[in-house]
Amino acid sequence: MSKTGIFSRTALVLGLVFLYVPILSLIVYSFNNSRLVTVWDAAHSPTLKWYGVLLSDGQVLDAAWLSLRVAICAATASAVLGTLAGTALARFGAFRGRSLLVGMTTAPIVMPEVISGLSLLLLFVSLDQLIGWPRNMGALTITLAHVSFCMAYVTVVIQSRLAGFDESLEEAAQDLGARPAKVFLRITLPLILPAVLAGWLLAFTLSWDDLVISQFVAGPGSSTLPMVIFSKVRLGVSPDVNALATLMVSVVASGVVIATLWMRHRQRRRERDMQLAAAANL
Amino acid sequence: MVGVPVLWLAVFFLIPFLIVLKISFSEARLAIPPYAPLFTWLHGLPVPRIHLSSYSYLFTHPLYLRSYLYSIMVAAVSTLFCLLIGYPMAYAIARAGEAWRTFLLMLIVLPFWTSFLLRVYAWIGLLQNDGLINNVLVSLGLIRHPITLLQTDFSLYIGIVYSYLPYMILPLYANLEKHDPALLEAAADLGARPLMAFLRVTLPQSLPGIAAGSLLVFIPTVGEYVIPTLLGRTDQIMIGRMLSDEFFDNRDWPVASAVAILILLLLVVPIVLLQRVERKQLETPE
Repeated sequence: MSKTGIFSRTALVLGLVFLYVPILSLIVYSFNNSRLVTVWDAAHSPTLKWYGVLLSDGQVLDAAWLSLRVAICAATASAVLGTLAGTALARFGAFRGRSLLVGMTTAPIVMPEVISGLSLLLLFVSLDQLIGWPRNMGALTITLAHVSFCMAYVTVVIQSRLAGFDESLEEAAQDLGARPAKVFLRITLPLILPAVLAGWLLAFTLSWDDLVISQFVAGPGSSTLPMVIFSKVRLGVSPDVNALATLMVSVVASGVVIATLWMRHRQRRRERDMQLAAAANL
Repeated sequence: MVGVPVLWLAVFFLIPFLIVLKISFSEARLAIPPYAPLFTWLHGLPVPRIHLSSYSYLFTHPLYLRSYLYSIMVAAVSTLFCLLIGYPMAYAIARAGEAWRTFLLMLIVLPFWTSFLLRVYAWIGLLQNDGLINNVLVSLGLIRHPITLLQTDFSLYIGIVYSYLPYMILPLYANLEKHDPALLEAAADLGARPLMAFLRVTLPQSLPGIAAGSLLVFIPTVGEYVIPTLLGRTDQIMIGRMLSDEFFDNRDWPVASAVAILILLLLVVPIVLLQRVERKQLETPE
C-alpha cells in the first residue's frame, strides 16, 4: 500500500476512536454503582440503579414528554414545508423569490443558535405587543421556533434527492395532460418519499436535541429534556444522565442500523429488478 | 405552493432579524419588555428615537472586544484542526471499497444523530481531574499528579473539534469521492511521486470541499454557546455566551441585540460564500 494510503487509514481509525470513546464511556459508566462517575465500583457493578433513578424522576419524564410532543409536531410541519421548498428549488427553475428562498434555507443551518433564539424570542414578544398573540411562551412557541430551522434541513435533503432524478417522468406525465398538482402527488412525491421520511427523522432529531433556541423561547414553566439535562450537567457529572444517554444512543443506533440495512435491501432488489427487466427485453 | 415556505421563512427568519436590528438601536429600561419604543408619537407624527448607546457601550468596554476576537480565534483554530483531522479521514473513506464506504459513512454520521449535549457532557467525565484520561496517564506513570484539563483552551478545542468534525468530513468526502483516479495515474506515469501528485492534483481539486467544510465549521463555532459553557475557560468567555448572559442575567435586550448584530456582520461574508459553494456543488452533475 502507498504511504498516503497507510497515513490516511491510520488517521481514519484514530478519528473514529476519537468519535466513539466518549459515547462508549457514557454507556459503561451508566452501569457503575458509584455516585462518582469516574470511579468504577467493582464490588457492586454493573447495576441498573441509575436507570431506576432516572425513570422515577418526574421532572425528567415531564420534560421528555414535552420534547416528544414538540419534536413530532415540529418534524411533521418541517417535512411539509421543506418538501414544498425543496421541490420548488429543484424543479421550478428561476422563479421570483428564488434567491431569497435559497438564502433563507441555507442560513438557518449555520446560524449560531444564540442569534436564532434571540431573534425568534424578540419576534414573539413583538407579535404579542402588536396582535396579542402568543400570550404565553411554551410548547407552541418552541415548536414554531424549531420548525423555522428544521425545515431548512429538510429542504436541503429533498433538493439534493431531486437533483439526482431526471425530470423525464414528470415531463411525460405533463405531456399526457396531468396538471402540476397531480404530477407532484402521483410522480414526484412517491419518488422522494424516502427522502421525506429521512427529512422527517432528521427534523425530529434536531428538535429533540435543541437546547439553545428552546431556552430563549420556552418561557418560565416549560422545560424540554435538553434544558433539564443542561441544568443537571452544569452542576457536574451525574450518573443518571449517563443512563439517559445510554437509552438515547441505543434507540438511535438501532434505528440507523435498521434503516441502513433496509435501504441496502431495497437497493439490491431494485438492481435485480433492473437486470430482470433488461433480460426480458432481449 | 412556493408561497407557503417563502412566507413562513420570511415571518420566522427574515423579520426577526429586522426586529433584532431595531431593538439594538433602542434604549434599555426597566419595563416589560425591557426596552424603549423606537418611535414616539408627537402631534400624530412618528419621531424616531435612535440610540447608539448599546454599540458605544460594547466598543468602550474592552471585555466585549476581547471576547469577540477570542471567539474568532477559537473558531479559526478549531476549523484548522477539523480540516487537518478530517481531510485524511475523508480521503481514506473515499478510497475504501464500495461495501466499506457505506459502513464508514454510517459511523461518521451516527454521532450526528445522537444528542449533541450528551456527547459534550461525556468529555467532562473524561477530562476532569479524577477522570478517565488523568487516571490512565497517572497509572501509566506518565504524570505523577492529575493535570487540569477541564475549563481550559484544550478542553474547549477538544469539544468543538469533536462536535463539528462530521461537518468537515462529509463535504470533503462528497468532493473526494468524485475525483477521477485516472488523473492520479496520469501524474504517476509522468513521473510525479505520490506526495507531489497529491499536492498538484488531488488538493487543488478538493478546494471546494475544503471551503464548504471549513465554512460549515467556522460559522456556527463563532457563536457557540453550549461547548464553551460546559468545557471552556471561566476567565475568558466566548461571544455567544456573552450574548446569552446579557439577555438572561442582565436583562439588557438592546445590548444583547447589538452583540447579535455584530456577530452577524462578521458572518455575512462567510454565509454568502457558503451559499455560492453549495450552489455550485448542487449544480455540477454527478
